[in-house]
Amino acid sequence: MSLRGRDVISIRDLSKEEVLEVLAAARKMIPFAEGKKVTHPLEDRIVAMAFFEPSTRTRLSFEAAVQRLGGRCITIADAAATSMRKGESLSDTVQMLTSYSDAIVIRHPNEGSAQLAARVSPKPIINAGDGAGQHPTQTLADLAAMQEAFGTLTGLKVVLLGDLRYGRTVHSLAYALAVFGAEIVLTSPPELRLPRELFEELVRMGARVTEEGDVRKAVRDADVLYVTRIQKERFGDEGEYRKVAGSYRIDRHILSEAKPRLVILHPLPRAGEILPEVDSMPHASYFRQAFLAVPVRMALLSAVLAGGRGGA
Amino acid sequence: MSEARELRITPIRNGTVIDHIGNGLALDVLRIIGAQGLDKDSTVSVALHVRSGKLGWKDIVKVENMELSPRKVNAIALIAPTATISIIRDFKVQAKRPVDLPETIVGILHCPNPNCISNQGEPIESEFRVSRRKPVQLTCAFCERTLDDFLHHLV
Repeated sequence: MSLRGRDVISIRDLSKEEVLEVLAAARKMIPFAEGKKVTHPLEDRIVAMAFFEPSTRTRLSFEAAVQRLGGRCITIADAAATSMRKGESLSDTVQMLTSYSDAIVIRHPNEGSAQLAARVSPKPIINAGDGAGQHPTQTLADLAAMQEAFGTLTGLKVVLLGDLRYGRTVHSLAYALAVFGAEIVLTSPPELRLPRELFEELVRMGARVTEEGDVRKAVRDADVLYVTRIQKERFGDEGEYRKVAGSYRIDRHILSEAKPRLVILHPLPRAGEILPEVDSMPHASYFRQAFLAVPVRMALLSAVLAGGRGGA
Repeated sequence: MSEARELRITPIRNGTVIDHIGNGLALDVLRIIGAQGLDKDSTVSVALHVRSGKLGWKDIVKVENMELSPRKVNAIALIAPTATISIIRDFKVQAKRPVDLPETIVGILHCPNPNCISNQGEPIESEFRVSRRKPVQLTCAFCERTLDDFLHHLV
């Protein structure tokens, strides 16, 4: 694999083999991510964290990843505190960060911003979420959680549940699952169905994709249940939102017919989609999934920054 | 060309003739050509709804003393894919070719996604890949949004 010096803007930038290699490297990183072993491949390296919209989980896990690898971070955690507030363009800000760091991790509210950064900067750019666009390292963490639980990604039956229309993580994940030959079951309110274009693409890729409106039925023979947040702002009416959100809530009752090995994932933060009573069940793997984001990001950062001066 | 039709649009000494424009699209082509760059003494002739062997009906635009930039030719290729462009020098056709759609379209259209970074005043030009040729569909090189309604997104 040579990810050295590469930009990672979308999960589509990585081949199937590259994804598998990042996941294999991530497995080896687990004891280092847990602090049980020490490694310093990024010693003397500086990674810029350019977070132009609020994020706790993604930013902290990237910072933890850099520091576990012996590197250092410089961080923009709040766009309001930068000179972008004074009207500086993103292009200029990225130019500046390029001269201060060896790689840039960027989250920005506008779609295409990571692509813009990649054009401006000769240093590797890692997209940590561009508006409703891409979030490739989340997808890698999702895949890592599935692979850890089942030892493979091929042939899994994965239910994608919730907001399949606007959820950025679910689009990248659906694509990756299709690449790995998983069976995909889509369960969403009618107004939050997966975009038609993406659905058709998955089918063209040869994926087995079905829609199942009934959560209980969908869960019955699934290997993975991937739950996403249904956001209130997608509905004009509060009552309608409550009704829809209520019918997609995961509780012990819904899981009563699930396979014993069913794994439940959620990109977090959750807002009531999975009741706390589920947390103690063996199915609940979302906190493990959140942890796995650290070794996954460690694996990606060390691949991108391995040797030399990070592609500059 | 018959004498009667010759009289409807007079020949030009130097300039560009855009022929075989799909019926009703000449005014959109004019919009692409724009007023800038036109010589103050130039004449622009527009013929709408002209009989055509190939198309049934077509439009024609003739612009004196102007040759189109590649960018404008690309824009015409999007709006009027059947058009042909002839360069006229001293009343003679120096070159004639159909418009041809390139792999990428830069700076001609704006992205339909209002939240795309290319619509935020950054010092960049819009850019689209031709993701499908028949019918033409473009994909934003920044946000990946697709576009097939070009007329309403001309810069």
